[in-house]
Amino acid sequence: MNVVDVSRWQFGITTVYHFIFVPLTIGLAPLIAVMQTVWVVTDNVAWYRLTKFFGKLFLINFALGVATGIVQEFQFGMNWSEYSRFVGDVFGAPLAMEGLAAFFFESTFLGLWIFGWSRLPRLVHLACIWIVAFAVNLSAFFIIAANSFMQHPVGAHYNPKTGRAELTSIVALLTNNFARAAVSHAIAGSLLTGGTFIAAVCAWWMVRSHRGSGDDDARTMYRPATILGCLVALTAAVGLFFTGDAQGKLMFHQQPMKMASAESLCDTQTDPDFSILTVGRQNNCDSLTRVLEVPYVLPFLAEGRFHDVKLQGVRDIQRDYQHRFGAGDYRPNLFVTYWSFRAMIGFLLVPVLFALVALWVTRGSRVPDKRWFSWLALLTLPTPFLANSAGWVFTEMGRQPWVVVPNPTGDQQVRLTVTEGVSSHAPGMVVTSLVLFTLVYGVLAVIWFSLLKRYVVEGPQEHDAEPAPPTPPGADEVAPLSFAY
Amino acid sequence: MALQQLWFGVLAVLFLGFLILEGFDFGVGMLMEPLARVGSGDRELHRRAVLNTIGPVWDGNEVWLLTAGGAMFAAYPGMYATVFSSLYLPLLAILFGMIVRAVSIEWRGKIDDPKWRRWADLGIAAGSWLPAVLWGVAFAILVRGLPVDAKHQVHLGVTDVLNAYTLLGGVATCGLFLLYGAIFVALKTSGPVRDDALRVAVWLSLPVTALVAGFGLWTQLGYGKTWTWLVLAVAVVAQLAAVALVFSRTHEGWAFLCTALVITAVVVLLFGALYPNLVPSTLDPQWSLTIDNASSSHYTLTIMTWAAAIFAPLVIAYQGWTYWVFRQRISADRIPPSIGLVRRAP
Repeated sequence: MNVVDVSRWQFGITTVYHFIFVPLTIGLAPLIAVMQTVWVVTDNVAWYRLTKFFGKLFLINFALGVATGIVQEFQFGMNWSEYSRFVGDVFGAPLAMEGLAAFFFESTFLGLWIFGWSRLPRLVHLACIWIVAFAVNLSAFFIIAANSFMQHPVGAHYNPKTGRAELTSIVALLTNNFARAAVSHAIAGSLLTGGTFIAAVCAWWMVRSHRGSGDDDARTMYRPATILGCLVALTAAVGLFFTGDAQGKLMFHQQPMKMASAESLCDTQTDPDFSILTVGRQNNCDSLTRVLEVPYVLPFLAEGRFHDVKLQGVRDIQRDYQHRFGAGDYRPNLFVTYWSFRAMIGFLLVPVLFALVALWVTRGSRVPDKRWFSWLALLTLPTPFLANSAGWVFTEMGRQPWVVVPNPTGDQQVRLTVTEGVSSHAPGMVVTSLVLFTLVYGVLAVIWFSLLKRYVVEGPQEHDAEPAPPTPPGADEVAPLSFAY
Repeated sequence: MALQQLWFGVLAVLFLGFLILEGFDFGVGMLMEPLARVGSGDRELHRRAVLNTIGPVWDGNEVWLLTAGGAMFAAYPGMYATVFSSLYLPLLAILFGMIVRAVSIEWRGKIDDPKWRRWADLGIAAGSWLPAVLWGVAFAILVRGLPVDAKHQVHLGVTDVLNAYTLLGGVATCGLFLLYGAIFVALKTSGPVRDDALRVAVWLSLPVTALVAGFGLWTQLGYGKTWTWLVLAVAVVAQLAAVALVFSRTHEGWAFLCTALVITAVVVLLFGALYPNLVPSTLDPQWSLTIDNASSSHYTLTIMTWAAAIFAPLVIAYQGWTYWVFRQRISADRIPPSIGLVRRAP
């Protein structure tokens, strides 16, 4: 294996792992804040219990989001040093701002939230979780703005004296039209994840509780939370549809090769059909058969029209790029690009269906008790996570071999391939880190899953049934802790 | 350019913030097990008391490192690229440590089982010892220099990373963080845990003084400037004051401040020795990365200066507030029972 491939595998694996846990953090935080707000406003203890229950799950997840995130800050320098040199003047700024503005905010106020239950006044404590919710979303904004520069470089020009891209406008960088669509899309995806998580867990509990214990939790606690989760998931799905459409339309112009590959469109065509199924003996344009396709959809996806849309094909773009940028293979992995795009969309349908079913079976004041519904909930739980991963695989694998994609309407010299961007390490050293990260992350993911499962199955705990009385300020030096490690 | 000089200072401040705050986090993590064994009384309660001294703050403290890394990327991308790629394996070990520490701290209390806790304690220990030693090694490597060629590429040999100077640096920072951590525990606890922490601090005082003095002197003589003699003097005076206060077994607050001052002085000494280089070249001084040849453009540095000027005071304010909110001392007898789930048979 050469160092480019190993480094790519490592970045792919570490980033996909990171983005398993992060959407749950970004999506759950505002929803927990909502739950705590409802408790503070209505004094209904069911919402306190929900806050503590999901708060505990949130913290189990947050730790692994942080742990896998630390690596990301360093990996650009460690494995992509030449990329870092080329884009550092532009790319470094949003990363540094993410730390200064978002990470400090979220970590500090989360510590206050975890440990401050009895120690801070109720409204101050509530503000802490809202700040965390805001800060994790702000973090998403900065990092996706940085990634958007890779997809569609704006606000920078190439400086031949220094041989690198240099920032000309921070405003242009942060208001990149691609970033606007991508940030909204990622946040919508996270809300889908958080909403589905709450809906599925509470739906499962609603059935279990209704069939079992004879207490009123199914009606007073789990049912309202399930409905909240479903409404959030459905709203998020609508958001995903519109933001995804916006991104798609931008990418047809800004990254034609990615979209051509996503559509298995090998040759330039006017008003091509949308492929529902394409198969091939080999992973390239020479052996494809478009098995199932429909007209009108693809021109609409690309430009919002049904006629007179000319879309470039993989072969034509490859020829054009070789002419403009020199010899090389500018085609991304066709199989992965095509299928990850479809997987992302396909997985979205599951939580949407579940939410509609859940809202139906809980209509009026119904409390479902059927086993099939609780199974449906469990099957739905992983699907937003799969959709998130498929989406990132699509957008990152689809931009290969570029690590900074040339902007068709910008400075053409602001471009870089993975081969040009990688650190020139001995492959063995990167294999070592790849193996280490994969093993460690794998073990931690198994523990993460087992902890979440145990805590979900355990349900809201006894000691979280009632809010603890506040500690009077200035009490004796040795005060009891509200939530000790 | 003035901004290039300013950002050298900003980077130093960010790394200083990291070491001042995570210094005692590392120390506490390293001392969790030893303090439990040194004293009498329930070991698990002692461990938890020690861990909870950093409970609300360790995550926010860690962000200083992420921000320092991000700032290095933004202000001196050449340095970021060269340092992080050439120090690949030491950084990998540090990252491994920080990953396991983060999950170990957060997940430790989730299952009420001694074997589970054992693994978490191992993670906290590894995740505290590794960075405590390796950050010292890393800064020593930086000050000493790397074999940077004319194209700013590094051809690393083992002796560039592991030699007497860098190893001394690692042991010195590790010792300093142990002492700092012990004083911090004494400051944040009461009862037997505090007494044990003060005892450990007393034991550590003289060896750590020797190590810090040795590393400080070597840094000054080998790489220092004229003005950094003053910084070394401050470090020595502060260290002696800290030792005296530790021996007095009272005023641990002042002992903490003095040790923090020692760390500050060591960081200023290291960065002062480095200036105006960012990565000195051991092959040819002409090939060194400097604040002039490895920095971002004037525009980027201006933007970053505004961002730092707005957010850094805010961060210091609300992080400072956190320490005030959780200022009360912790004692082992007030640690509530574990709220972890009982481990079920497999």
